Amino acid sequence: MTEPATLAEICVAACADTWIDAGEVLAAPIGVLPTIGARLAKLTSAPDLVLTDGEALLMAQLPPLGSSGLTAGVIEGWMPYRRVFDVVASGRRRVMMGASQIDRYGNQNISRIGKDWQRPRAQLIGVRGAPGNTVNHTTNYWVPNHSPRAFVESVDFVSGVGHDRARADRHRAGRFHDVRVVVTNLAVLDFATPDGSMRLRSVHPGITVDAVLAATGFPLDTSAVAETRMPSDEELRLIRTVIDPAGQRDREIR
Amino acid sequence: MTPEQVAARIEDGMTIGIGGWGSRRKPMSIVRALLRTDVKDLTVVSYGGPDVGLLCRAGKLRKLVYGFVSLDSISLDPNFRQARESGAVEVAEYDEGMLLAGLQAAAQRLPFMPIRAGLGSDVLTSNPHLRLVQSPYGDDEVVAVPPLHLDVAIVHLNAADEFGNGQYLGPDPYFDDRYCMAADQAYVSCERIVDTADLLKDAPVQSLLISRMYVTGVVESPYGAHFTSCPPEYGRDESFQRHYVDSAQDPARWRDFAATFLAGDEAAYRAAVEAFANGAAS
Repeated sequence: MTEPATLAEICVAACADTWIDAGEVLAAPIGVLPTIGARLAKLTSAPDLVLTDGEALLMAQLPPLGSSGLTAGVIEGWMPYRRVFDVVASGRRRVMMGASQIDRYGNQNISRIGKDWQRPRAQLIGVRGAPGNTVNHTTNYWVPNHSPRAFVESVDFVSGVGHDRARADRHRAGRFHDVRVVVTNLAVLDFATPDGSMRLRSVHPGITVDAVLAATGFPLDTSAVAETRMPSDEELRLIRTVIDPAGQRDREIR
Repeated sequence: MTPEQVAARIEDGMTIGIGGWGSRRKPMSIVRALLRTDVKDLTVVSYGGPDVGLLCRAGKLRKLVYGFVSLDSISLDPNFRQARESGAVEVAEYDEGMLLAGLQAAAQRLPFMPIRAGLGSDVLTSNPHLRLVQSPYGDDEVVAVPPLHLDVAIVHLNAADEFGNGQYLGPDPYFDDRYCMAADQAYVSCERIVDTADLLKDAPVQSLLISRMYVTGVVESPYGAHFTSCPPEYGRDESFQRHYVDSAQDPARWRDFAATFLAGDEAAYRAAVEAFANGAAS
């Protein structure tokens, strides 16, 4: 008898589903739940994914979460940061990043909060690879705290490029732009609307559409909302015993 | 050379490139020596970690050219945050790939390096000096990253010979060779200086990352990357990094931290770190 799925495990399965059609590309999940999701996808629906140990080693078989590929698993290649940049530019990569702020067109901010760019109210980590990722290959987002603070009408600094800017600059920023899905602790959202604005694709079991709308700082298209699927027993077994036996997923959300 | 001798080559207003990545294999002993000088108004180019935080806290930085500042296992560096939120440090924030493109343009004496990263983002809006360039072969238009020319590069490796042939033994070289090639003067600190003939005793030739052609001076500095990681010799000192972060949140505790760890030379630093580790263990 399998214990019922936790919210974290439902989110893991939703993250895993974003990799199904990725094919043989470098998977770059940032953060604990996206990492478990990508590893679950590799073991189930997306076996061709190319995954690292979190640092510079490509792993045919992954060590448990948090371990270096030098200590366990099977190494199949070398992917130091200099090669990552080459892969980004080639397009053979897909990322799932975080977002401190995200707006209705999927513009993402991880740089700074506040409109005074030279003296921000809160300095964050910096744009990292978000500008390059979003104009080169498929990008999805994971937001563990779906709230009006994260889902804002307009982000303070565009790190990752959204659909409005990509469409307005179709031959430059838009050429390889492909921002698709946002998975949160409440719901799965996408941009499958005529103007590329955000749509509520599914709510997690037990979450109402109204709760998602209340936690979102802009209107959402709610014309076709499903319920997020539950992970299968086999997926739960893989998450619990193979990928994340130490239970890191439960520290990110409950 | 000693870390102090390298620090003495660094002058007010210079542009300094610092190797490593986040809280990984940073040339910390040279950074610490720099904290003890009266140098100011530096421009630093870095995939930033505690190197940036420490230099900000000591008031050494005028400007930072960066893609992120992070301590890896701890997402943000509080010293960097304070410097930015008080308006003390100016920034040119680039995408990570753009930073490398700028180093390569400088290393190859090119006027710019083309890259798609930056298009459509506020990296372009916030850096009005950045220009786009039209392809001479078609209608594609991309970002032209200008050279990030460095007056001085500092990096930390696992080993080197006395001539500056530098070797990394961990999984990732980061961009330490590119920093050295983009600089007028490059200084390599290392865990140990070995005879040239011994460099490949237990390592493949591909581990020889940096050629003496690009190196001005070599410093033997065991634990010179502490508290950042330097595999395979040592991992990140997580409990010390936590102590650094906790101390940075409070002025009185920072005075203690600076007096204990940053006032003396490397021998004093290592003794203080050892005492901290024994205290933390007991």
